[in-house]
Amino acid sequence: MTDQSSPVQTAPYQIEIRNLHASVGDMPILKGINLTIPRGELHAVMGPNGNGKSTLAKVIVGDPEYTVTEGEVLVDGQNILEMEPDERARLGVFLAFQYPVEIPGVTIANFLRLAMQARKAEGEEVSFSEFYGKLLAALKVLEWDESIVERYLNAGFSGGEKKRNEILQMLMLEPTYIIMDETDSGLDVDALKIVAKGVNSMRGANLGGLIITHYQRLLDYIVPDRVHIIVDGKVVQSGGPELAKKLDSEGYDWVKELALA
Amino acid sequence: MTVNPEVNDINNTYEYGWSNPERYAVKAPKGLSREVVEMISRNKDEPQWMLDFRLKALEIFYSKPMPTWGADLSGLNLDEIYYYIKPEGMNARSWDDVPDDVKKTFERLGIPEAERAALAGVGAQYESEMVYHNLKEEWEKLGVVFLSIEDGLKQYPDLFREHFATIVPPEDNKFAAINSAVWSGGSFVYVPKGVKVDIPLQTYFRINAESSGQFERTLIIIDEGAQAHYIEGCTAPAYNSDSFHSGVIEIVVKEGARFRYSTIQNWSHNVYNLVTQRAAVYGHGVMEWVDGNLGSKVTMKYPACYLLEEGARGEVLSIAMAGRGQHQDAGAKIVHFAANTSGSIVSKSISKDSGRSSYRGLVKIYEGARNAKTNVECDALLLDEEARTDTYPYIEIEEKTARVGHEATVSKINDEQILYLQSRGLSEDQAAGLIVRGFIEPIAKELPLEYAVELNRLIELEMEGSVG
Repeated sequence: MTDQSSPVQTAPYQIEIRNLHASVGDMPILKGINLTIPRGELHAVMGPNGNGKSTLAKVIVGDPEYTVTEGEVLVDGQNILEMEPDERARLGVFLAFQYPVEIPGVTIANFLRLAMQARKAEGEEVSFSEFYGKLLAALKVLEWDESIVERYLNAGFSGGEKKRNEILQMLMLEPTYIIMDETDSGLDVDALKIVAKGVNSMRGANLGGLIITHYQRLLDYIVPDRVHIIVDGKVVQSGGPELAKKLDSEGYDWVKELALA
Repeated sequence: MTVNPEVNDINNTYEYGWSNPERYAVKAPKGLSREVVEMISRNKDEPQWMLDFRLKALEIFYSKPMPTWGADLSGLNLDEIYYYIKPEGMNARSWDDVPDDVKKTFERLGIPEAERAALAGVGAQYESEMVYHNLKEEWEKLGVVFLSIEDGLKQYPDLFREHFATIVPPEDNKFAAINSAVWSGGSFVYVPKGVKVDIPLQTYFRINAESSGQFERTLIIIDEGAQAHYIEGCTAPAYNSDSFHSGVIEIVVKEGARFRYSTIQNWSHNVYNLVTQRAAVYGHGVMEWVDGNLGSKVTMKYPACYLLEEGARGEVLSIAMAGRGQHQDAGAKIVHFAANTSGSIVSKSISKDSGRSSYRGLVKIYEGARNAKTNVECDALLLDEEARTDTYPYIEIEEKTARVGHEATVSKINDEQILYLQSRGLSEDQAAGLIVRGFIEPIAKELPLEYAVELNRLIELEMEGSVG
């Protein structure tokens, strides 16, 4: 641990989830999750539906619907559980939502600028060239026309467009930790490839995170460094990318048994 | 200039609540009387017909009961109001000739700056009189007239008399009657045939004195094929006692002409704002009202388009925001008298705390107005449990071929939207503000950029600390 006399930040660059318990109302959903994701690695989180994968994403981002009853989530050594969702975002955490909401009347361009501005120090402005340069690069990766940013945020978007828009925001905001919550659901292969291309373009030593998915499909394009399986609110198995393939061929029955063991 | 600290607690986000010491050339005694009406007329050196008109209007005012529909007006004590306050210095054409404290007031409100930057002409009313009125030379050369209403009466007596009180007669309603009796200030605008004034004219209304009434009267004539845009803004100091604003706006849009009248009403929360605005629209003319009601204690205002000849079109875009203690009873009237006339009403309201917003609108289609059509859309956004919204749509159709659509929605800011925006780094207040801005975007985008920015800024100010 550092103290005020020590100028050197010695915290490990990672997300560390320690014994995390969370519930909705009276119903416990997460029952002691332990995970460590170093910056520079993308980990897949898999498991049957209704076992806590999305809850984990929502708890990390700070959704007030969920109550954390025990445990910690440390981002680069700092516990984020007492922070507002926007503070977590400014710390570098980004959730690609499973169901991105519609905000009518707010253009994507305007929204992106505000979100970028929110990351600036007081008195510092997002310059036009910074914004526009980044935007053009991101749109190119996503094979999207510039006119898209004049549309209202997700309003009337197809499922695929909404997911692509999540990746656009990710590229613009340059988070250090991403959490992708079933980004692959409802996507056709072409859209899936574009989304994967966007994520892969950011991969490197400065990006860590979780890819939550039910299927192997997305992981063909974004190959994870590690794979974890969550059943009944706990991590029951961890392994390399081959674990995802095993789930794909053998289904989830065998892991459910692990949970009972 | 002084702040009024005793009222800070009721209205701590209102930034225009300061006032100047009262220094006036003339101040009528409190309350309404024949003597006060005569005094106003005498001060304006009016022709006899106008004095007769005023006195008749006063009788009409006395004979009409207070309206019992709409907002609660029981707190409005008409005997406690000063009906005429004439400031020192009158109707200058240069800001240098406006008395210092008055000039400072308008500088603080950004008016001379806006005039230099983006306006064709500017008028400024302080209490009962216009203290400044100026039109840029290029427009004057084209025959555009932009004067105080008093100068309009003096310099264009025939044109004035031809139209004055023909669109809103004193019999129309009790507040049109009171305005007709004691009117003072306002603008007289004439745009000649075919002239297109492509940057806005603006008049700014400021009440300064406590318990005062402002009764401006505006007459605008847009001749055949001409175009213009007029903007009005209004603020007042925050006092514990109520003030009263009751304007009458009459507009003539002749054949093929196009006119837009935009209001950003930001009265302090002690002002009763009861206004009659109406346009007569002739063949294929287009009238657009863009109406933003943010301030006041009570507003009752229903901008109207009377579509008198074939092909005329009327549009009303209105936005109301009601906070604690405010009631915005706003809406629109579209009346179809002729065939192939069309109308559109888009009304959006935001209510928070104990604020109440009501949409009250009339669509009337007379027999013979073949293929007339109007579409009404009202959307209400509630920011919390205490806020209230109501919709009172009146639709009267005498014509079989008419088409009228009506859609109304009520929504609340939802937690998922807030979380989504927060997860991108915006604070909770910023997130709520952005959602509200998106909600009013269809109206804000119709305003010139500076005014859209101002509207958004005012709403953000009202929104501070309102979520959580």
